Amino acid sequence: MINFFSVIGRYFLFVKKVFSYPEKLSTYYKRTIDEFIYLGLKSIGIVAVISAFIGAVITIQTAYNLENPMLPTYLIGLATRDSLILEFSSTIVALILAGKVGSSIASEIGTMRVTEQIDALDIMGVNSAGFLVLPKIIAMVLFNPFLAVLSMVIGISGGLAVAFITDIISVGDYLTGLQFAFNQFYVTYSLIKTLFFGFVIASVPAFYGYYVRGGSLEVGKASTRAVVNSTVIILLLNLILTKLFLS
Amino acid sequence: MIEVKGVSKSFGSNNVLKNISAVFEQGKTNLIIGQSGSGKTVLLKTIVGLFETDEGTIHYDGINFTSLSQKKRRELRKDIGMLFQGSALFDWATVEENVRYPLDMFTNMSSVEKQKRVDFCLDRVNIVDSNRLYPAEISGGMQKRVAIARAIAMEPRYLFCDEPNSGLDPKTAIVIDNLIREITHELDITTIINTHDMNTVTENGDNILFIYKGEKWWEGDKVKIFNTNNRELNDFVFAANVYKNYRKERQ
Ligand SMILES: Nc1ncnc2c1ncn2[C@@H]1O[C@H](COP(=O)(O)OP(=O)(O)O)[C@@H](O)[C@H]1O
Ligand SMILES: [Mg+2]
Repeated sequence: MINFFSVIGRYFLFVKKVFSYPEKLSTYYKRTIDEFIYLGLKSIGIVAVISAFIGAVITIQTAYNLENPMLPTYLIGLATRDSLILEFSSTIVALILAGKVGSSIASEIGTMRVTEQIDALDIMGVNSAGFLVLPKIIAMVLFNPFLAVLSMVIGISGGLAVAFITDIISVGDYLTGLQFAFNQFYVTYSLIKTLFFGFVIASVPAFYGYYVRGGSLEVGKASTRAVVNSTVIILLLNLILTKLFLS
Repeated sequence: MIEVKGVSKSFGSNNVLKNISAVFEQGKTNLIIGQSGSGKTVLLKTIVGLFETDEGTIHYDGINFTSLSQKKRRELRKDIGMLFQGSALFDWATVEENVRYPLDMFTNMSSVEKQKRVDFCLDRVNIVDSNRLYPAEISGGMQKRVAIARAIAMEPRYLFCDEPNSGLDPKTAIVIDNLIREITHELDITTIINTHDMNTVTENGDNILFIYKGEKWWEGDKVKIFNTNNRELNDFVFAANVYKNYRKERQ
């Protein structure tokens, strides 16, 4: 338990270090652009594929479960829309990114630690935590909402494709369902969550990488620990934020 | 000149450095020697402030580094160049960008001036036609030389080298040793080198500190080291038989 609190304490000290005294901002600029490409753009593919399939599957399964003839079929469109907007495109996509982006951040920074690149930065008087991690946090926090919107659009299209191809639901009903009782706040709420998740996805793995000691074996372990812990933190945060915003 | 006064350092219950005092002089190649695990790297990193001392102080030309604020330390860091054991080149940057990095971060030089400085430093370590390559694309010996170029880019007054020869073939190792010595004399800086390489000892041992299990065990130079009765030091020096003849010759 003491260990648990000391890790949390160290994490917040690390975050403070990341945000303290940036040297020349111009040198951060290029790295932030690089991170947008590396962490953001290169995640579009996996988010798109998974969202399309999940959108389709939610549509099929909802239809399957909606056996009561009293319920209008357009509810299928509504269910797909709300599942995607409320949870899938923010939380589940964040969990996927925690695996993909998180492990890469932890091993990248961990490798820099064990090969003394971080020492080399420190010795020059550079704020190594800031220089290496701040661009990643900025890129993830700003890009994550975009990924979520993309996921919503593609997921809903996946459902639409099911409506087109199969006779589970008519395209007209699906589209009616999409527009039925639409609450704009759900989108806002979802996007606010993605900002927090983006921060976790970048900063938690960076923390585990930054404090690696040893060699490549330890880098691998840190990477695993980073993914597991970011996943748990995202789930906890999701619970807290949902309670805050939707109740 | 760098002075170390009564420095101790532990990690948990592991007392790595025990009350070490030493003086490292300007214009000389000062060596810290000892077996693997004796605490050389920890001592070097403590001197440059990557580790905090538990006890004792470090002085750079009279300035008490240990008691400096973080801000003042960063100021002093601009006078420090360090060559790490594995070179520690930034793998996201090219050879040229590595050497230019400290200039980008800490100077207001124009890009033309920076390029000139980068070219000068790379030329000094005999790296040509490799400016655009990444560290992973060049040999270990070249990486070491680029790392030296990066370490001297800011015209440091203090140069630290952690096992500059490790992982290099004997011929390349001598090139690196010579380079470090020449640069030390050219720039008239204080250089401290960690090594367990006896070749370096005979080449660059202007002033030698022998560390044994975290304690200062012996102090001298490249001549005295072959004529000592210190048992642990003799075990270290004459571990390789060739140096026994060397001793006879000297006598
Ligand atoms: N960051 C660290 N945390 C804990 N122990 C360390 C750390 N760095 C070095 N040590 C320990 O300090 C001792 C000396 O290591 P080191 O200075 O690297 O030896 P060497 O003389 O080979 O350079 C070793 O026992 C090592 O385990
Ligand atoms: Mg060492």
